[in-house]
Amino acid sequence: MSSYPYAFHAGEPLSGLTEFTHSLPSVGAGLWVTVQATVLGAALALLLAFVLGFMARSRRLLVRGSSRVVVEFFRGTSLYVQMFWLFFALPILGFKLVPLACAVVAFGLNYGAYGSEVVRGALDAVPRGQREAAVALSMTPWQRMRLVVLPQAWPQMIPPFNNLLIQLLKCTPLMSLITISDVTFQMDQLRSTTGDTATAYLLLLVVYFVLAYALTLAMNGLESVAKARLGQPAGGRA
Amino acid sequence: MLTDESPTPTESGAAAPAVRFDQVVKRYGDNTVLDHLDLEVGRGERVTLIGPSGSGKTTILRLLMTLERVTEGVVHVDGEPFSHMPGRGGRLVPADERHLRARRRRIGMVFQHFNLFPNMKVLDNVTEAPVHVLGMDRDEAAERARGLLELVGLADKQDAHPTRLSGGQQQRVAIARALAMRPDILLLDEVTSALDPELVAGVLDVLRDIAHGTDITLLCVTHEMGFARDVSDRVLMFDGGRVVESGPPERIFGSPEHGRTREFLGAVL
Ligand SMILES: Nc1ncnc2c1ncn2[C@@H]1O[C@H](COP(=O)(O)OP(=O)(O)OP(=O)(O)O)[C@@H](O)[C@H]1O
Ligand SMILES: [Mg+2]
Repeated sequence: MSSYPYAFHAGEPLSGLTEFTHSLPSVGAGLWVTVQATVLGAALALLLAFVLGFMARSRRLLVRGSSRVVVEFFRGTSLYVQMFWLFFALPILGFKLVPLACAVVAFGLNYGAYGSEVVRGALDAVPRGQREAAVALSMTPWQRMRLVVLPQAWPQMIPPFNNLLIQLLKCTPLMSLITISDVTFQMDQLRSTTGDTATAYLLLLVVYFVLAYALTLAMNGLESVAKARLGQPAGGRA
Repeated sequence: MLTDESPTPTESGAAAPAVRFDQVVKRYGDNTVLDHLDLEVGRGERVTLIGPSGSGKTTILRLLMTLERVTEGVVHVDGEPFSHMPGRGGRLVPADERHLRARRRRIGMVFQHFNLFPNMKVLDNVTEAPVHVLGMDRDEAAERARGLLELVGLADKQDAHPTRLSGGQQQRVAIARALAMRPDILLLDEVTSALDPELVAGVLDVLRDIAHGTDITLLCVTHEMGFARDVSDRVLMFDGGRVVESGPPERIFGSPEHGRTREFLGAVL
């Protein structure tokens, strides 16, 4: 059998498979990059979602207004443009971030903006009587939030957060536009070396599906735990 | 500062009433709910508010619990301005959150719809505020909470989720939760009106025990005239944002003077 690295025999499954196995390390590296970007981006998004979501409910107009502006800006300008901006324009202004950091920041800002609406909505959805009961027990505003409102709002946030998380995952291939070799990029390389388009893209479908499903399972687990604390039946939809 | 001639009225001392509304006006938009209301509740006194729907009974309790703010006038608690505080030059200005927080501890409230915290088990509903607000030791708070749950007949439910309890049981937990803060003044807003009829008696029995076994000041809104007769020293009939008639329960229920009171009692009894 030919050991020529660029096999063109698409009809020959064995050779294609060998190429695929040879390329596993680079695909694995790409997968790791995808997972890193997703997890770090989501962590930053979660943080920003809470900060912006709390700000959106402030009594001070200035605080509320700034949150509004940030949210509208990052929801209204595309993720794609934000990433380009961070990667190509910031260095001109004297800031340079490694490519993965650019991607993580772009994901964080974009999905943090969407997430802040989730946080705000869930906090608002806690019945007024709950806050009033906390006032009647002389809790401070911070105690009301920490002991009463947040533990009740959190389970409500999980399903919409899960949707955003999966959207974020599915946006990660955009990273290849700023020179990051994620799993899609690596798989595409592999496709061009093996010429086996169908297998490569099928694998890619499977990879994203498995990742998304793993995230959903994890989030459902979180939701069940959170709901059990509220004495509600665990309504996890797998 | 003994000769300080501050216009701040302070009437502290044993003589001061627990609660005093001084020309209190409460408006929502152009709907005047309380119209220059004067009201006094003595220390340890049990007062029941009755009156037609929308007459402002709940509003009075919510003003006292600081869930609403007065539009005009001043609410005093224990002889001190409560809704207001001395500002520059001793003039009374609307109270800020700190002023309210330092004082609202004396007051507890039980709500019509219980409002138990679903994120906490029954025992934690009763212990969290004493631990976090009063700084009580957790074991001590739990010990006291068990005592209170026993008082309301729910000693065996301490580990249950509030959502698993009947309405009557939830309301009894809510009473224990309010008492755990050791308020001097307890506000009860139609605490049995969201309950199925067969659960009402259990809650009222608990409240009777509290009324007869403590010297807490009680201010309650209720449609349970039998209960009002049992526990109150005084019944106030409200209408149109004012007190129409006030007196001991025997007189208000037995021989009301005012036509409005007769009409109202005729409709509810
Ligand atoms: N947050 C609010 N905004 C606007 N109007 C309000 C608000 N709360 C109460 N009101 C109005 O104030 C009036 C008095 O309400 P309140 O709840 O004190 O009456 P109530 O005597 O307790 O009546 P009920 O017996 O039905 O409970 C009503 O006309 C009500 O519509
Ligand atoms: Mg009412």
